[in-house]
Amino acid sequence: MSTTSDTIAPRQIPDRLDRPLVSLVFSWEALLVLVAVAIFVANSLASPYFLDAWSLSDLTFNFTEKGLIALAMALLIISGEIDLSVAAIVALASTLMGMAVQAGVGTPGLVAIGIVAGLACGAFNGLLVTRFGLPSIVVTIGTMSLFRGIAFIILGDQAYKGYPAGFAFFGQGYVWWVVSFELVLFLAAAIVYGFLLHRTSFGRRVFAIGNNPVAAQYSGVRVGRIKFVLFCLTGLMAGIASVLITSRLGSTRPSIAQGYELEVITMVVLGGVSILGGAGSIMGVVLAAFIMGLVTFGLGLLNVPGIVMSIFIGLLLITVIALPIVWRRIKGRRAA
Amino acid sequence: MSIVKKLMVAAALSAAMFANAAHAENVKIALVVKSLGNGFFDAANKGAEEAAKELGDVDIIYTGPTKATAEAQIEVVNALIAQKVDAIAISANDADALVPALKKAMERGITVISWDSGVAPEGRQMHLNPSDTNLIGETIIKLAADYLPEGGDVAILSASSTATNQNAWIEAAKAALPGKFPNINLVATVYGDDDSAKSTDEAKGLLKSYPNLKAIIAPTTVGVVAAAQVVTDEGLIGKVNVTGLALPSEFKQFIDNGASQAVALWNPIDLGYSAVYLAHDLAVKKDEAKPGAKLSIGRVGEVTLDDTNSAAMAAPFTFDKSNIEEFSKIY
Repeated sequence: MSTTSDTIAPRQIPDRLDRPLVSLVFSWEALLVLVAVAIFVANSLASPYFLDAWSLSDLTFNFTEKGLIALAMALLIISGEIDLSVAAIVALASTLMGMAVQAGVGTPGLVAIGIVAGLACGAFNGLLVTRFGLPSIVVTIGTMSLFRGIAFIILGDQAYKGYPAGFAFFGQGYVWWVVSFELVLFLAAAIVYGFLLHRTSFGRRVFAIGNNPVAAQYSGVRVGRIKFVLFCLTGLMAGIASVLITSRLGSTRPSIAQGYELEVITMVVLGGVSILGGAGSIMGVVLAAFIMGLVTFGLGLLNVPGIVMSIFIGLLLITVIALPIVWRRIKGRRAA
Repeated sequence: MSIVKKLMVAAALSAAMFANAAHAENVKIALVVKSLGNGFFDAANKGAEEAAKELGDVDIIYTGPTKATAEAQIEVVNALIAQKVDAIAISANDADALVPALKKAMERGITVISWDSGVAPEGRQMHLNPSDTNLIGETIIKLAADYLPEGGDVAILSASSTATNQNAWIEAAKAALPGKFPNINLVATVYGDDDSAKSTDEAKGLLKSYPNLKAIIAPTTVGVVAAAQVVTDEGLIGKVNVTGLALPSEFKQFIDNGASQAVALWNPIDLGYSAVYLAHDLAVKKDEAKPGAKLSIGRVGEVTLDDTNSAAMAAPFTFDKSNIEEFSKIY
């Protein structure tokens, strides 16, 4: 059997310079798969209702919308930026779709409005960060209040409803048997983002910016433009998520998707993306999304109160983050 | 066979065993609340457990999200659908956003009713209100009349003049006056806007303008506290009785000091009890929820469904010296 070791595979350009062990066995994704399987088995043992096609299908709704945003957020965080306004973008886009419904706009128009609104919000964030050189955490804390504030001004304590029947498909429809449209969209988007990050020069530039923006700039990478595109993508995904969640709820209130930004960022970090930028993979984020869904749904089946659920997610996050670091320490000590 | 596969098989086997063990057991009724860690809902759960004991074959699943959002509540509902509960009785965080999830529950054969905070008609089989306009209107006058055997002047201190709830209750109260309470004379209705300072001023104004005033009726939890404080401060305890709708925990001190003889509000224990009774009725006895149907709610009585399949449980529950201590700990 011939080997191709003399040609350089793309994977050999390291995604993270401090990759602990070359062996795939100890890669982050392998660890996440292990965690996911463990939780899956634990769920199956703990509840007789878990291993059921419809249960497993319902489970995916716990993470698909947030997961879609997490895909774009992963790229943004790898580039060293962050967007805390994503949940507010969902709310504003949903509110605008609600207004459009009152004006008699049909399903295709609504989808377009939701996506364009998300894109516009993302572009606004990107403009503030790249044009004026403001820190993204400050900008997006500001726009988080701004976008949701606009939604509250428009709606107050009212709700928009009366979405057309066809619009319900996006958040409630099934492509085949128990496979929901949301899940298919999430998996398709994951493939697109995986390709974009790991198989294109654009993706390499994102890593380069995250590792050292100054060096990237001097190497001819248009740092500002790429960051702007990443903010637009994040806004776009928030717009798409807004279409899905609005369709799933069949109504809009300004408090829609409250607190989603932290859950999205949790997914990204759990997925192995370095919060400092420069490292991470889409596979990890997808696995993290599934893990979050498995944990919340599994505990829900046992009627565990929500607060215990958040404690569990917190512990999971700390454990999964700490494990490789501790492992590396032990390895380092042995080598010394 | 890999370890993972072995584990999966083991999991599947044990799941099957669990499923068999879980067969042919009690009726599972889920009491879903807006958020956990709320005394009002914990009290409702107490009532639900009481109903379960009475009905005999019922298991209560008391659950709800930590954050009072519709999205979090939908995740709870999805988990309940997966558990194949027999009925869901929900106090909803959003009347519209829960509809698709609850519709899905009904499609899968689960009985769905809402209580306390309702869901739009297409998302539930029936809704249980704690009370209704006429009962509340009558009760607030009765609370004053019970302690005025010879009759006398009373005044109403309401919330804002545009508050839909309060205005409807006051109208109902006025309608009940001539027939049922002929010697009670309603001299004025003033508005404190549910603002402590404004309510205090309005209460003082009432006492000045009507020296013969025997009772102040405040059908708002803000106004009733303000009025009782004014009566206490001006040394009119025993001369002017303050009553209305009040939260026992906020109002206990004024029952204790005598500024008020009794107040009323919905009883969460009865509400949880009745919700479970109705859910059991629809899920097990297969009674149909349709306009005009009469359904039993055990010791609380009977309800009649209106055109929107909503029902009112009972007149507001009265709190006086005998029970304020107990209820002030609940909500």
